[in-house]
Amino acid sequence: MKLKLQVWRQKNKNAKGSLKLYNVEADEHMSFLEMLDVLNEQLISDKSDPIAFDHDCREGICGSCSLVIDGRPHGPQQGTTTCQLHMRHYKDGDTITIEPYRAKAFPIVKDLVTQRTAYDKIIQAGGYVSVNTGQAVDGNAIPIEGGIAAKAFDAATCIGCGACAAACPNGSAMLFTSAKIAHLSLLPQGQIEHKSRVRKMVAQMDKEGFGMCSNVGACEVDCPKEISTDNIARLNREYLSASLGAED
Amino acid sequence: MLNSNVPPGELSTKWTEYRSKMNLVAPGNKRRLEVIVVGTGLAGASAAATLGELGYNVKCFCFHDSPRRAHSIAAQGGINAAKNYQNDGDSIYRLFYDTIKGGDYRSRESNVHRLAEVSTEIIDQCVAQGVPFAREYGGLLANRSFGGVQVSRTFYARGQTGQQLLLGAYQSLSRQIANGNVKMYNRHEMLDLVKVDGKARGIITRNLLTGEIDRHAAHCVVMATGGYGNVYYLSTNAMGSNVSAGWRAVRRGALMANPCYVQIHPTCIPVSGEYQSKLTLMSESLRNDGRVWVPKSIEDAKAIQEGKKTGLDIAEEDRDYYLERRYPAFGNLVPRDVASRAAKVACDEGKGVSKTGLAVYLDFAAAIQRYGKSEALTQGIDNPSASAILKLGEDVVRKKYGNLFQMYEKITGENPYKMPMKIFPAVHYTMGGIWVDYNLETNVPGLFALGEANFSDHGANRLGASALMQGLADGYFVIPYTIGQFLSKEIRTPNISPDSAEFEQAEQDVRDRLAKLKAINGNQSVESFHRKLGKIIWEYCGMSRSEAGLNKAIGLVRDLRKEFYSDVYIPGELDEYNPELEKATRVADFLEMGEIMIVDALNRNESCGGHFREEYTSEEGEAKRNDADYTYVAAWEWDDDGNHKMHREDLEFKNVELKTRSYK
Repeated sequence: MKLKLQVWRQKNKNAKGSLKLYNVEADEHMSFLEMLDVLNEQLISDKSDPIAFDHDCREGICGSCSLVIDGRPHGPQQGTTTCQLHMRHYKDGDTITIEPYRAKAFPIVKDLVTQRTAYDKIIQAGGYVSVNTGQAVDGNAIPIEGGIAAKAFDAATCIGCGACAAACPNGSAMLFTSAKIAHLSLLPQGQIEHKSRVRKMVAQMDKEGFGMCSNVGACEVDCPKEISTDNIARLNREYLSASLGAED
Repeated sequence: MLNSNVPPGELSTKWTEYRSKMNLVAPGNKRRLEVIVVGTGLAGASAAATLGELGYNVKCFCFHDSPRRAHSIAAQGGINAAKNYQNDGDSIYRLFYDTIKGGDYRSRESNVHRLAEVSTEIIDQCVAQGVPFAREYGGLLANRSFGGVQVSRTFYARGQTGQQLLLGAYQSLSRQIANGNVKMYNRHEMLDLVKVDGKARGIITRNLLTGEIDRHAAHCVVMATGGYGNVYYLSTNAMGSNVSAGWRAVRRGALMANPCYVQIHPTCIPVSGEYQSKLTLMSESLRNDGRVWVPKSIEDAKAIQEGKKTGLDIAEEDRDYYLERRYPAFGNLVPRDVASRAAKVACDEGKGVSKTGLAVYLDFAAAIQRYGKSEALTQGIDNPSASAILKLGEDVVRKKYGNLFQMYEKITGENPYKMPMKIFPAVHYTMGGIWVDYNLETNVPGLFALGEANFSDHGANRLGASALMQGLADGYFVIPYTIGQFLSKEIRTPNISPDSAEFEQAEQDVRDRLAKLKAINGNQSVESFHRKLGKIIWEYCGMSRSEAGLNKAIGLVRDLRKEFYSDVYIPGELDEYNPELEKATRVADFLEMGEIMIVDALNRNESCGGHFREEYTSEEGEAKRNDADYTYVAAWEWDDDGNHKMHREDLEFKNVELKTRSYK
């Protein structure tokens, strides 16, 4: 199939960017990123600058790939990362617009590559259980009800790709932050620090320049791991009780 | 002869005794000592976090934009531990024995036993971190079985065990970053190792965002940089996985051990076209219920290849369930190396079932029927209709493997509930790696290698769910102790200065190498060279190898390397964000790594585990080991003129008897 691509080109963080039109011939079995590989091979053989985009595992788990495809982070398929999107969902003659994530806290490195270190900073603020290696009790010493473990797991499947902040009109990182809060506070291991954790992580989120949550819900729709906004409700409850309660 | 520095004593108490008599470093001294950790996968993140907790001054490096992206994240199936929670007769000895046997008797007994010993602590540690392992109704940890063993000792978190374990380690690492014990360098790639007075004292890195070349000094260097599977271009590894850190260490005197031991995983989604960039694994757990087959007749296979028939058109009696036929005792659950070779044999006979002829079926129709009937019985449905059975059966299969079936459908566009899956073997893991002694220290003092980057625990074939175990064992429970054996002698060494002549020289070498690559200014892309290299190594040093083929391949690789250095084209500049330049340095190293793999495969005149030499087979076509001549580790020293020197470590088996692996 023959496709037209409108691709965001930007030399570096400070340069001005713009959309540029490219023609590419794709096969329906290609992944979206393989289609971009083909275009890059063309650009390199013409000795022009290939399009920079982040990617690594290409099986939907590392969270490297990003891209806003026709206005949606990770493209049109529900619960699918860009690397798992395949060209059979497009047809001959289609025009596709490809842009980087747009969020204040994710500065552009080049073309479609953004810097998402702000998410690491949020985890560093408290997204862990404070246990040193060797301090653990036997794995079966603390039974956890299967349903609770499954719920914690659902939250823990977040891949930290940044789609939630990119989808949000406010550029909020609430879905990402709440997924970690929910994962850890649902489990007995994470209970002890739950108050200080939510306070610190929310403060860090604000510090990194992410916006407020106004319950738009776009984050859940575009999350490739289908993380629920129920987690945001849990974060809000945790935050409220941590703010009202005594310091710990 | 290499000295493995294995401490004396009984196998079962060796590690405990050694650990309790080890040299220690006092807390005040730990704060002064600097450690560099390269890589943030399971081994690197767990090592950096634990060394930080102990109070060492750690600098940690990864080439990704975040330490959480390391490829350990993609591991699906699970992690083994000798907990014996199932009361099914598991023990540390049994895990040790299974791993030695699974590795076809080509690993070091003492290391494997230590791995089995610490396996239980890993599970405890991960649970304490909040890793959401699968649980039983009573709230206790669940287990499942993997290939090559007779107990249930695999802990898992759905099909995302690697992700959950890595996030646990990443979070521990994040805590140490936050409290200042670890300084994290994202998007920094190690391009050289620096030795001062023979000891590893630092690295040279390139800041991938800016292109800046930096020197980093420390008292010692720990490499946890993964395997070299991407030599083959197409593998289940991530696009960025590379051998460069390890290879640069080899070029500074470390040794590459057993590089010909590569694991080809039998159940991956087949290649669909020339543009293919990577291959996707379908978990080994699918072979619990899926039946592997090809058509009995070449005519039927041809019709399928030409699109005139599908698998559904082939009658039951015209199908060859070749694993069940050849290996009745283990059937579809034979170990990975055996299953992969059998698929190759079927496709070589012309019985492949895709357009390319390079695929076999993994069929769930029988399982769906079986589960459907049993479910109908459970639900008390009398005389269920065929369609009701189908639906009930599909629901059971969906519960067990839903995410894998969904992934298969996303990639291939075919519904695996209705059409049998098409699968083919693909490069997955490398058992070979940097040679290390019992302390995980290489032959370069002060240089350590952990996880897939070293060679130590899996011999010639790795069992399923053992890679995660080894990565975390090395990082959480081995290196934090053994690093003290080196560092306790360094407490009087002042901080290493990055301004010495050695650092200056190493930095200059890196700058020269990058400038040389950029100056070639030829006409072919880096990717095209990588693809060509992959084809050569896959053809001649892949699932089966022969003397003639390997000899031919050496010439092909050397020619390709020459062509690379005369005709590669790298767009962009050295002092900017430049992914093509990153690829070029990695492919340049793969072009040398490929040669050493071939050299090793040629040297090893036997078949064992993942290394299958066509000349050395039994009458039934099975792998034939040569214990008399090859019960050793081959560790290679690189030579630019091609006279690579082999160093030997003889393997002694005092606790298990060497036997022929049989799955008949």
